[in-house]
Amino acid sequence: MRRTLPIAVVAGVGFFMLIQYFIPREEFETLYEWALDWTMVIGCFAMALGLYSLTNMMVTKVRRKAEGWGYSLVALVGLFFMIFVGIVPHYQDSLKYGTLFMDIFEYIYIPIQAAMFSLLAFYIASAAYRAFRARTVLATILLVSAIIIMLRLVPLGPLSAVNQWMVNFILTVPNMAAKRAFWLGVGLGATATALKIMLGIERGYMGRD
Amino acid sequence: MTFYERMMNLDRRWVYLVIGLVVVVTAIWSFAVPLYVTPEVRSVYDFVESLVPGEILMIGVDYDPAALAELHPMSYAITRQCFAKDVKLLLCCLHQNGPGMVEQVVAQVAEEYGKVNGVDYVYLGYKPYPGITILAMGQNFRIPFPEDYYGTPLDSLPMARTLTNFDNVKAIINISAGSGTEYWINYANGRYNAKLAIGVTGVMTADYYPFLQSGQIFGLIGGMKGAAEYEYLAEKGGYITREKGQLWASKSMPIQTTTHIVIILFIVIGNVGYFMSKRKK
Amino acid sequence: MGTAELIWNGVAAFLVMSIYSFLYKDNPFYKFAEHLVVGVSAGYFAMILYYNAFLPKLINPLRAGQYWYIIPGILGLLMWARFSQKWQWLSRPTLGFVIGSGAGVAIPLYLQNYVIRQVHATMLPIGFTSWPLITNVLIIIMVFCALAYFFFSKQHKGAFGAAATFGIWTLMVGFGAGFGMTVMGRVALLAERVVFLRDYFAQLWGALF
Repeated sequence: MRRTLPIAVVAGVGFFMLIQYFIPREEFETLYEWALDWTMVIGCFAMALGLYSLTNMMVTKVRRKAEGWGYSLVALVGLFFMIFVGIVPHYQDSLKYGTLFMDIFEYIYIPIQAAMFSLLAFYIASAAYRAFRARTVLATILLVSAIIIMLRLVPLGPLSAVNQWMVNFILTVPNMAAKRAFWLGVGLGATATALKIMLGIERGYMGRD
Repeated sequence: MTFYERMMNLDRRWVYLVIGLVVVVTAIWSFAVPLYVTPEVRSVYDFVESLVPGEILMIGVDYDPAALAELHPMSYAITRQCFAKDVKLLLCCLHQNGPGMVEQVVAQVAEEYGKVNGVDYVYLGYKPYPGITILAMGQNFRIPFPEDYYGTPLDSLPMARTLTNFDNVKAIINISAGSGTEYWINYANGRYNAKLAIGVTGVMTADYYPFLQSGQIFGLIGGMKGAAEYEYLAEKGGYITREKGQLWASKSMPIQTTTHIVIILFIVIGNVGYFMSKRKK
Repeated sequence: MGTAELIWNGVAAFLVMSIYSFLYKDNPFYKFAEHLVVGVSAGYFAMILYYNAFLPKLINPLRAGQYWYIIPGILGLLMWARFSQKWQWLSRPTLGFVIGSGAGVAIPLYLQNYVIRQVHATMLPIGFTSWPLITNVLIIIMVFCALAYFFFSKQHKGAFGAAATFGIWTLMVGFGAGFGMTVMGRVALLAERVVFLRDYFAQLWGALF
């Protein structure tokens, strides 16, 4: 029961959502819209799971005074302060541009998040210097293709037109062909996985008893 | 240790320092970078240009601050072009940390052009499960979004009274940094035949050329260069001006140029060092 | 730039430089900024989830008398049973509903958009009398060869092996194009942050002197 009911639900809902695509009748459309609506409501609770997990982890670290607990306290203060300013002064109007809630988003969250990801520029430069080697024919092809693409951002005078033509050719012919093969694989693989889930062959989502 | 071996074992912080210096020096002593506008960016601009006042364009903004540098300039340029042409905008955000990004763009640009929420634009907000949300929007916007981002019931907004689903918008431009683009292609264009163009980060750009060739998307704005191309066209069209600091991506293009030269040199030096140290053995 | 904006941007600039200090080595300023963004982003998302998801999709409909929303509400609450070892099986039917609906809609659409339409787009007019026709020939050959590389049920020998080899060359050109674009993407993130710092310090200099 604990394992058969979920499998039955997956199969039932899955096959309904599959066949409704082919049946343009109002009753099927109504049930389809209900299913989408219910899934979105359930999604709200699912998203909240992640928030609870994170908060629980930080609270546990602070309570046990584990290594670096001070930083977890900073995170918790940030979390609860955002919730406070998101509710107390303006309620839902806190989401409007110009409120303290949005100012914290604009001047604290955006700069830190953007800066953290900008560190990747340094890492890619370091990787290019230390690891990007033309050791084999395949690596050389990759290297040459990458350099041609990178040169499109460098003014090369009369060679710029030639480089732009080469970039356009690489992107629209071999790159396009390679990525098409990739997407064909994704499509077939995703279809096979979805079928396995609906037929109860793939049951990883259930966890262990 | 030979010179080449020392070169290969260089502390990575020296590499960081060189990159940092190049970026800072270029930021201070900037220069103009010639731009070649690609057909895939021009097709998006030309489409927006072809819209007439009163028509509705949907913009699906699915990115967070991590992709700000590449995608925010696209959002600003397209929004300014639409508001200048009195084209109405329908916006949504299906990325969990992105709603504030859309609010930032739409609030600032709406104020510049005197546009009114609910009349000239509607911002639907965020919902979880992007694929399911897009499918629901294809049936009726009110299923996922009974209220807008600000909590106003959709039916009380004058602009939303004419909106049922994707059939009522001229096209969708999805500006995304993650898997959101796949959902828009698969569900909005795949199931509901919505006319779709995409703006994506540099990392993702190369992956979507098959959809451009197959006609599933009619335009592709790729990364910061794509954003700079769009800004170039929008500046020529008189929708944004350099003096007001509205060419965001274009400001960073000189840094792109010098940093790319340095990284190419690093690759060459790294390979020279590798082959020289291999030969010595 | 007004005083308030100058101060807020000063906070943003301090946090950006705290993140960049990690390039030298890990330090308390970086850890502080890192944990602050974790807390602030969690608090921000909590408010967005409440105002944009829970309120309009569950709470307001229930207040308006649409009591059938209690059913997906209960299903959503059952998801939280995942945190209990004893009761986690209660979350499986809900999970099954969500996974089943996702799998069911995916099958026809993945097949249509990633397989059929991509194959259809590969059926191009061919010839050798003009450059577009020649590129069509190249596209068809490259797609087939890239797919041949991924077909491991047959040994890559003889003509098939040659096709697979050409296929991997095509894939390498595609990956090189991807790498070239990735470099631009990473550098873009850094360039924008440095331009922000430049503009801020220029404004600060102007305001102070």
